[in-house]
Amino acid sequence: MCADQISPPQTTRRHAIEIFLGGGLLASLASFLYPVLRYFVPPAVADLGGDEVVAAKLGDLKPNSGKIFRFGSRPGLLILTSDGTYRALSATCTHLGCTVQYRSDLREIWCACHNGTYDLNGRNISGPPPRPLTVFEVHERGDEIVVSRKREA
Amino acid sequence: MFAAIIRWLDERLDLDGLIAPLRHKTVPTHRFSYWYFFGGITLFLFIIQVLTGILLLLYYRSGANEAFESVQYIMTRVQFGWLIRSIHSWSANLMIFTAFVHMFSVTFLKAYRKPRELTWVTGMILLFLVMGFGFSGYLLPWNTLAFFATKVGTEIAGQVPIIGKPIMIFLRGGEEVTGATLTRFFGFHVAILPGIVTVLIAVHLFLVQRQGMSVPPKVETEWTANPSLRREMKFFPNFLLRELMAWYVAIGALGALAALFPWNLGVKADPFVSAPAGIKPEWYFLFMFQTLKLIPSKVWIIDGEVLGVLGCSLAGLFWLLLPFFENDKAGRTKAWITGLSVFALVYVVGMTVYGFLAK
Repeated sequence: MCADQISPPQTTRRHAIEIFLGGGLLASLASFLYPVLRYFVPPAVADLGGDEVVAAKLGDLKPNSGKIFRFGSRPGLLILTSDGTYRALSATCTHLGCTVQYRSDLREIWCACHNGTYDLNGRNISGPPPRPLTVFEVHERGDEIVVSRKREA
Repeated sequence: MFAAIIRWLDERLDLDGLIAPLRHKTVPTHRFSYWYFFGGITLFLFIIQVLTGILLLLYYRSGANEAFESVQYIMTRVQFGWLIRSIHSWSANLMIFTAFVHMFSVTFLKAYRKPRELTWVTGMILLFLVMGFGFSGYLLPWNTLAFFATKVGTEIAGQVPIIGKPIMIFLRGGEEVTGATLTRFFGFHVAILPGIVTVLIAVHLFLVQRQGMSVPPKVETEWTANPSLRREMKFFPNFLLRELMAWYVAIGALGALAALFPWNLGVKADPFVSAPAGIKPEWYFLFMFQTLKLIPSKVWIIDGEVLGVLGCSLAGLFWLLLPFFENDKAGRTKAWITGLSVFALVYVVGMTVYGFLAK
């Protein structure tokens, strides 16, 4: 009889201790894990290039040739066509991110990884690329060829 | 759910059989039992070093042109990076401190005697390696203090006759402390030392597990005279839970120290500036540093530096082999070893304090 009266409060007391202890341990665990999870996320890298970059000097490129330049943290492709106009595009293939190149024999932009091709306006014309390359604006300023992102109209 | 997983594992692995040795293990309970905790706390801090070290590896770059900047990046740009690095530095220092406490407690409780000679030897090698961790890790942020500490430290190794110079060149990866040294120390710190230390810890723990905790000779004599005084505690779960509480206190202290006193980065190392005034090694090398400073430049016909380095090496070697000089008979110890232990503790503490205060 006596034991029956005593045991219920004992179990609740034990239960309360378990909740406090378990809760405390869980809270400490969370306080250890939270900083670690945040630490895993790398800080955003500032896009160093801004919106404009000097891609080349006049005379760097021969007609019907191209070169890769640094546009922020990504590569860009500057082409001097055989009729003497400059074109600048993103050099990151829209398929799986390889860096494309200008093929003077085909007069096309070609990606070596999976044989994708684009025309000089950046349109994907054959192979796996799903989207056209981003086209940049080109200006001549003095003897510098300046490439900038197209302003949204 | 949890119980179901345990049952599933138990059916396949016989979990009870696996922890049976732990259930039988007991820990002697007496007035010095608290000293038993320090080995475990040192192990715990080592685990923290491994975990925070892995985290630091996500962003750290070795190389003279990048190391300082990458640590700076961790401390200023990466979220909680300052905390992770601060914990790594603080935990390193606390680990060396608790390792020393553990070593001296084992010395004074005479736990190194037969049959535990190998436990002592592996423990001493671990202590040396832990100091190697400290020395190699100290250089990694490539700051001025670390640069000169490494210069002096490797120069000291170079003082040993005949083998010193090759050792120095091996450590430095060339004649001078350069980016090559940094690359080497990085390799020692994150690959070679962790590998060796992990194996040695396994051996050390296996020996402790196999032989059980030692009872100090004084307590043993009391217990033999009056067997009713003998007290023991189950290792699992009684002692283990107490140990876990000690770990919990340790992580609390560590977190508080790391958050309230974040570790400094200092100034980037430049091989072509003078050493700053009042430069000193980390506190755990201070007693040796101070000893070298006090030895005159010429003792009889031997160079003071050489004498100091040889003396320290011989003292270290003697300490490593301490159990082999001790009395083999159970319960008997040699008084001169006790006297020497007291002298060693007073010397190390005294020289460290002197090193701190000395200009």
